[in-house]
Amino acid sequence: MHRKSGTFLWTFAFVVLVVLAIPWFLWGDSRVVAGLPLWLWWHIGWMGLATAVFYAFTQSGWDEMMGVTRG
Amino acid sequence: MASLPLQSGDLGVQMGVIAAYLVVALAVGLLAYRVTSREAEDYYLASRSMGTVVLLFTTFATLLSAFTFFGGPDLAFNAGPEWILVMGLMDGILFAILWYVVGYKQWLVGRTQGYVTLGEMLGDRFGSTGLRALVAGISLFWLFPYVMLQQMGAGEALVGLTDGVVPYWAGAALITVFMIIYVVLAGLRGVAWTDTIQGLFMLTVTWAAVAWVLVAVGGPSAATSALAETNPDFLALGGGAGSFDLFTLSGGGLYSAKWMVSSAITIAFGVAMFPQINQRFFVAKSDRVLKRSFALWPVLVLLLFVPAFMLGSWARGLGVTVPEGGNVVPALLNEYTPVWFAALVIAGAMAAMMSSSDSMLLSGSSYLTRDIYRPLVDPDASSQREGWVARAGVVAFAVIAFVASLFRPGSLVQVGDTAFGGYAQLALPVIVALYWTRTNRNGMIAGLVGSQAFYLAHVFSPLPATYFGWDFALYGMLLGLVLTVGVSAVTSPTADEKTTRFTEGLRAD
Repeated sequence: MHRKSGTFLWTFAFVVLVVLAIPWFLWGDSRVVAGLPLWLWWHIGWMGLATAVFYAFTQSGWDEMMGVTRG
Repeated sequence: MASLPLQSGDLGVQMGVIAAYLVVALAVGLLAYRVTSREAEDYYLASRSMGTVVLLFTTFATLLSAFTFFGGPDLAFNAGPEWILVMGLMDGILFAILWYVVGYKQWLVGRTQGYVTLGEMLGDRFGSTGLRALVAGISLFWLFPYVMLQQMGAGEALVGLTDGVVPYWAGAALITVFMIIYVVLAGLRGVAWTDTIQGLFMLTVTWAAVAWVLVAVGGPSAATSALAETNPDFLALGGGAGSFDLFTLSGGGLYSAKWMVSSAITIAFGVAMFPQINQRFFVAKSDRVLKRSFALWPVLVLLLFVPAFMLGSWARGLGVTVPEGGNVVPALLNEYTPVWFAALVIAGAMAAMMSSSDSMLLSGSSYLTRDIYRPLVDPDASSQREGWVARAGVVAFAVIAFVASLFRPGSLVQVGDTAFGGYAQLALPVIVALYWTRTNRNGMIAGLVGSQAFYLAHVFSPLPATYFGWDFALYGMLLGLVLTVGVSAVTSPTADEKTTRFTEGLRAD
């Protein structure tokens, strides 16, 4: 991946992870699903997604974004 | 539901379980002590040889303070479980990103130049012993309320567990004595080893506690239904009508949108600048270790905080009564689980708090000796003398914090928040310095002094806690950023600044 576009995509992914970590669209919502508030299920899914994104980042963007040389 | 009266034999069981746990932790520390050399680098950084599991858990256990384990459930008990979302954003995502932005960068720079502390790194880059001491001094100052927080937490935990039979001061004193013994004898390797055990232990007992309570009350649906009857507003996301205030010029109360965002940002940036966390950025064995820890972070946050904080909220619906000056978690466990189990959970939490305190005191002592004592007081001190200064510093620091904790200046969350906010003021100038080669010494000093002055003025005076609904700590961070960049832009660096030190020649292998 070209360094600039890769950096842009990862930054965008991180921003999305941050912005939607709190499910703003469920504000004031008190629906309960399977014994837990709906917004808590969002949190559980979102943390799982964050781990997947972070893992992918360690596989491809980690060194490029920092400008580190290897070898 | 009325609280079950404690039986006379219960106190013996409770104290026995807690004492046994502390002795095991001490034994592990002493074992580590036997393999630790007295060289400073080994003492502080365990020879830069920490593997994934140990690094992850040692950082994690350090975060597992009284703030998260008792303060969080108390907040969930009093106002609802939304604190989970704040912790998720803060620890699971923002801190993970900072782990990369600050942590990986510091690891790269540190292994090239051999730095052990944040102050040392910045002092060398900007050719300034004064800056080095300033960073160390600010860090030590905010360490004080945070150590105090652990002592307060331990005191309150034993009050909650024993229904007030063991007084608050005794719990605080117990943890103080234990952490002094531990740090003085074992160093970082000992701390890291017990952190791993404690982290695993905490995860296990937290889930066991949830399972136990839920089985007793008929499952999560029953527990949540009970909460919906007593406090329906707890289940609705946010702090009620008008609490979604992101696009307004006011607001900012508990569980308002602005409050949640402010808390998450200040705490995440503050955590990255904690001496004990920041020093961990230098110790990973390889970048693979850092990568794995980074990716596992959100899952670990999820596994621990969801059960811990839901317990606090469910306790409200179950009508648990919390003794005066106690925490909700021990009170809940006392009602629904056997005496020994409740004591075990509290022992685990106290151990986690001790590992926080141990790590803090250890890092604090290295800041004291390397960045203040040696450069300013006695440059020719022998390493043996330095070791004694470090130990004396730990003892003095812990004892003074213990005395201050007896006055209980605020709730756990309030005291913790003040400390986090103070550290958060360091973060943006440091990040600017790490990435922007035109940063200079004048800019750093202006940014650090300006933001600290602003923050201190707000902590110690009746100035408003929010402006337009946003926490004053955020404005302090912004001020630090503007001053660092602005002053660097309009002044010239001095000849002894090494402008490319953080950016050139970085290698990961």
